[in-house]
Amino acid sequence: MYINIKQITAVVLLCVTVASCSKEITERTKNAPALNPANIDLNAGTWKPVLLTTPDEFAVATPGATSGPGYTAEINEIKSYQKTMTGAQKERMNYWSAGAVFRWNEIMRGLVAKYNLPPFQNPDGTYPVPDANNPFNNPQFPFANPPYASRAYAYISAAQYDALVAAWHYKKLYNRSAPYKINNTITTLLPQTDLPSYPSEDAAVVGVMVEMLKLFFPGEQAAIQQFATEHKNARIMAGMNVRSDIEAGEALGRLVAQKFVTRARGDRAGAAVGTPAIWQQFETQTAATGEMPWISMESPKRPPMLPLFGRVRTWLFDSATLVTAVRPGPPPSTKSEKFKQEVAEVLHYSKNATREELAIVHYWADGLATHTPPGHWNAIAADDFLGQRFSEVRWARNMALLNMSMMDAAIACWEAKFFYFNPRPSQVNPEIKTWTGLPNFPSYTSGHSTFSGAAATILGRIIPARKTAYENMAKEASLSRLYGAIHYRSDCEEGLKCGNAIGGYAIARANVDGAN
Amino acid sequence: MKLSINLLLFMLLFIAAKQSSAQTDIDAIMMEKNAFCVGPGYAYSSWKEYWEGTKKRENLNLGTVSTQMFAIMGNYGVSNKLNVLFNVPYVVTKASAGTLRGQQGMQDLSLMLKYRAINKKIYSSRVALIGLLGGSLPMSNYTADLLPLSIGLQSKTAMARLMLDYYYDNKWFATASATYVYRSNVTLDRDSYYSDRFILSNEVDMPNATSYNIRAGYRTQWLIAEAVLNNWTTRGGFDITQNNMPFISNRMNATSLGANVKYVFRNKPQLSLTGGASQVIAGRNMGQSFNVNGAVFYVFDLNRKEKKNKQDTN
Repeated sequence: MYINIKQITAVVLLCVTVASCSKEITERTKNAPALNPANIDLNAGTWKPVLLTTPDEFAVATPGATSGPGYTAEINEIKSYQKTMTGAQKERMNYWSAGAVFRWNEIMRGLVAKYNLPPFQNPDGTYPVPDANNPFNNPQFPFANPPYASRAYAYISAAQYDALVAAWHYKKLYNRSAPYKINNTITTLLPQTDLPSYPSEDAAVVGVMVEMLKLFFPGEQAAIQQFATEHKNARIMAGMNVRSDIEAGEALGRLVAQKFVTRARGDRAGAAVGTPAIWQQFETQTAATGEMPWISMESPKRPPMLPLFGRVRTWLFDSATLVTAVRPGPPPSTKSEKFKQEVAEVLHYSKNATREELAIVHYWADGLATHTPPGHWNAIAADDFLGQRFSEVRWARNMALLNMSMMDAAIACWEAKFFYFNPRPSQVNPEIKTWTGLPNFPSYTSGHSTFSGAAATILGRIIPARKTAYENMAKEASLSRLYGAIHYRSDCEEGLKCGNAIGGYAIARANVDGAN
Repeated sequence: MKLSINLLLFMLLFIAAKQSSAQTDIDAIMMEKNAFCVGPGYAYSSWKEYWEGTKKRENLNLGTVSTQMFAIMGNYGVSNKLNVLFNVPYVVTKASAGTLRGQQGMQDLSLMLKYRAINKKIYSSRVALIGLLGGSLPMSNYTADLLPLSIGLQSKTAMARLMLDYYYDNKWFATASATYVYRSNVTLDRDSYYSDRFILSNEVDMPNATSYNIRAGYRTQWLIAEAVLNNWTTRGGFDITQNNMPFISNRMNATSLGANVKYVFRNKPQLSLTGGASQVIAGRNMGQSFNVNGAVFYVFDLNRKEKKNKQDTN
């Protein structure tokens, strides 16, 4: 036996060389370009809002004159910032320049991932329920699971959109030019546009976020405020806005957000956790039909996740439509031959999934401590929107369409899950071991499939060139749940169909919202 | 949920190595020139409780997590002072409760160069200074991102170790070593993850690690019996948050205590058996595992000289 010392030494040297490499990771949107819209959408004040009755429902005061000493002081603020700007401040300015809707969407996804952890059981084997009034300890509030996350993304996106429609209305109404158009001694560090700068669109988004996140992530106030201040100052430093633009925008954003907070407080999500009596009732009712009811596979047995989320108020269709038109038909009976075949197919993947299939499972898993499937589709959308040169208001409109459709997908899917209360494959056959975490709620239909169907459908309308790509992604996301051995094929296929139908409602809205 | 993986990688990847006493990368024993010691090893490690950060807990959805390693280990004497060692492990994991599927596959090939720089007799004692350089490389595309059931971390490592051996009266010994381990970044199947912040990348920055190992006991050509203290400390990383899954770049620390025996057959001195056990006594973001291991070694003389035991116990 001959061993080549040179080869071995080479391997070792290679390892040592590798050791000297930098391990710094560059996140994919770190250097996203500054927003530079192809079209400023000057008439977006006429677009159809989600909740506002009219774009001027909340008043924005007439801006002060740009010729007086007040405005000069504001111009001087820009100059003094630019004089003393540090490298770190410049880096943050560039970060925020990629877009207000875009960056806050990323921040939201991070918050969802941070809070997407289930409560730890009590000593007696029951589980505490997260409490919005005491968000810090076990259990932290919220448990940002997929339905919760879909709702947070939807409210925030829709509120941003309404706030920006209102902002655009006043921009056009008051037509106050940006500081660099008024004063030629102002240097801008970001792309200039012809869009009037009062009220500031960035600050309108900040106002929405500050208000909405009190509701959705009450434990994050300090961090949110810090982001808000940094974002507003970044706009002034860049020479894009004077402080009065910012203040008017933020005040408007906060007012619009209040309307959405009011809706959220009354949308029945607060009761979605249910009660022990209700949890039992699902089981009893299903058993009475002769079908096998779902039982929690967790230990200690965990109550199902948000069993009444299917009763939450929808955005794109009403509750009657939900039950009559959107709800998928029944799954194969747990006593049927077809069901047996589907269980056998899951068992096959449980034992034989290929490495490629497992990569698909993990890419789409979006389980604990992640941004959830709705967050994943937000990431897909955001990454693509960056290349589209949308205006801020169009970003918001597209994100609102996407996220309203995904919240409706969550509602429809949860309505079906608890209407049919179907067991998971591992419950039916204990031999079925899963490649990723098994969610704690009934099987039919697949949430991932429903979210993906809705998202792919509306995104295909927003960027038609990517329509086929989105459809393929949705199919892959859907099947990933079968490969992972946590869903039957019919869960995936019916979920995808239902999601596509919900995406259709979003397209119907997009066709008439005035943004085309 | 816990990670015996690092345990594995370090107390197991080199398990046979680390924990057993058979001219491995963690002891002071050298093979003579042209001697090739090779054999199969087996290690079993399991834990029921783990540290979620610094808090000890169990997880009823995992039950007992066990890891088995089947390995081929070898050591070749390039010269009396320079040895080359390798370890080829196959790893199988399993959780006794819950629905998660255990994983299995070829884990990481490790290669080490072992050089004895000083070997000095002082009265009835002998002192040796040994340096090691090496690394490990994943041999298959296993999924690292499924702790605690992943079979490894998918990180390429490079390490340097310094070892001091004190041997008294040709019977009693004490060996101390310190190791620095560089760990390359790891690429996941997903393109975002949450560590202690949200990161939009499929790449994970793996903190480097250090370890120390102290072993002492009785050592002759025919029998070795030793006690071993081992510590592995991750230089960076973050704690598992409450009820979260472990993540590959967690701050994984573990201290373990164990004992090993090596027996050489007098009528067939090329053949030896090793066995050992160890218990993790302190840890962070790791399972509190109990490990047992055993191996059979055979020494081939590649000089084709008359067979004699080539082990240099000096």
